[in-house]
Amino acid sequence: MKVLVTVKEVAEVADDFEIEGTEVGERYLEYDLNEWDDYAVEEAVQLKEDGPADEVVSVTIGPERADETIRMALAKGADRAVRVWDDALEGVDLLDVETKTNLLAAVVEEEEPDLVLTGVQAGDDAFGATGVSLADEIGFQWGAVVNALDFDADEGVASVHRELEGGVEELTDIDVPAVLTIQTGINEPRYASLRGIRQAQSKEIAPKTLADIGLDADAVESDLTMTSMYEPESESDAEIFEGDASETAGKLAEVLREKGVAQ
Amino acid sequence: MTDVLAITEHRRGDLRDVSYEVITAGRQLADESGGDLHLAVISGNATGFADDLNREGVDYVHTVSEGEEFNHDVYTQAIEALHAELDPEVVLMPNSVNGLDYAPAVANRLDLPLATDAVGIEYGDSLTVTREMYGSKVETTVEVGGDQQAVTIRGAEWSAAEGVGDAEISEFEADIDTDTGSRVTGFEEVGGGDVDISDAEFLISIGRGIEEEENLPLIEDLVEATDATLSSSRPIVDNGWLPKNRQVGQSGKVVTPDVYLAIGISGAVQHVAGMKGSDTIIAINTDPNAPIFDIADYGIVGDLFEVVPELIEQFE
Repeated sequence: MKVLVTVKEVAEVADDFEIEGTEVGERYLEYDLNEWDDYAVEEAVQLKEDGPADEVVSVTIGPERADETIRMALAKGADRAVRVWDDALEGVDLLDVETKTNLLAAVVEEEEPDLVLTGVQAGDDAFGATGVSLADEIGFQWGAVVNALDFDADEGVASVHRELEGGVEELTDIDVPAVLTIQTGINEPRYASLRGIRQAQSKEIAPKTLADIGLDADAVESDLTMTSMYEPESESDAEIFEGDASETAGKLAEVLREKGVAQ
Repeated sequence: MTDVLAITEHRRGDLRDVSYEVITAGRQLADESGGDLHLAVISGNATGFADDLNREGVDYVHTVSEGEEFNHDVYTQAIEALHAELDPEVVLMPNSVNGLDYAPAVANRLDLPLATDAVGIEYGDSLTVTREMYGSKVETTVEVGGDQQAVTIRGAEWSAAEGVGDAEISEFEADIDTDTGSRVTGFEEVGGGDVDISDAEFLISIGRGIEEEENLPLIEDLVEATDATLSSSRPIVDNGWLPKNRQVGQSGKVVTPDVYLAIGISGAVQHVAGMKGSDTIIAINTDPNAPIFDIADYGIVGDLFEVVPELIEQFE
């Protein structure tokens, strides 16, 4: 069985930052592997270690800089990687779900995986939709917000828990081929070992343009246009205790005593 | 005329709050565009839910009886059929866990541009959606093009529709293939354990800010000194530092203590959903812009590793 795991390099914004037009200034951004994808990579690698999977391929949409992120997936045990990028994507400030679906569907067509794992959402644009959209596009079954996975290779069934709201989990059997969107907490993502990091250097990251995967510029035309970005107005009317740690702790203790919850 | 089709949600026999919220959001859009608000309730006791969904502002309620519990294949097919029949400009769906399990498929199948997790919507010359990015640090407005669109809305951002309406209620017959590739086999309550945090009067709750598991004993000392109950935000449970029954938030427990002391918790919307009903909210965080301060009554902008030991001293 081949598992394709999608990963994204996401931008994290510093505590203090400035907005320039419809973007956060580049100097306030730090790039990292999307948190949810880290769990998806771990789940894929465990499927290989436990037997059902023969190969784990990681795919990302991103410029050359994203190689750094995808190497983390390789260092953690993915066998090889595909990175899709094209000049046509350079100027797009918001990659919509449809575009990501088109690009990933083309990669699925080439790779023919049995199982696709994605993170539930990306920490930056937080659409939370690409996995399920992709599943529908490629005719796979799917399950969203999966926080437990038991894979039966003989039956070709993924028994999953879907984490609903309010401390309830839904138990669902899903036929493969399938796309599962992975929730944090499903496993404990490993740290990349030094050996893994060294090995990742020699693993293949295949760069692909739109033409390489059989698409043209129409595939990345977006119906979504970001028209403004701003910092939400603070609605805080909290009383902030001033002073050093000892003073602020003293005032807090006073409040706790007043409220009658601590003596 | 611009019609809106809003999809409701139910689970294990009960309509969920977001069902009434999509009515409010849908009515607002329909008013702005001069169209009708169609509501759909799919599976379960669909016809039984229809009366309760007939609230002020709803023009039509369509019930689809196929299916017992939520199944994304049934929902996707039902909405596809409703869309073909009603031809609405906008399909509104909840940005819930189940919403995320069918809305993207609906948008893809109907070739509709999709904007998820909307916290604001506006219909002027075109549809504009307000969304958050970077963990609520920024808000963006996004113009959604195309003639027809799909939008999912964040829960609790719109008020619940009230009053009794005079909607036309009808059964919608859709040709649905129920022999699907995914089957719900049951539900499970998570947590259990020895402590029910939803009963506590004083919760001390920790988040990412405590950095390492090695720092947990410091907080436990404070919990002991103040006779509080320990709870946490999601990352602490994801890391396995505390069991699932201690998690406060959308996917954890909803709590309403007299005092909620949030230590090193930034206040992501999913967490706030679980604790905003607390009587008094106190936050300790190094980032003065952390969203937790928006809902806090008292706050300390400072390093928890300096404040907590001082606080322990106050109660020893």
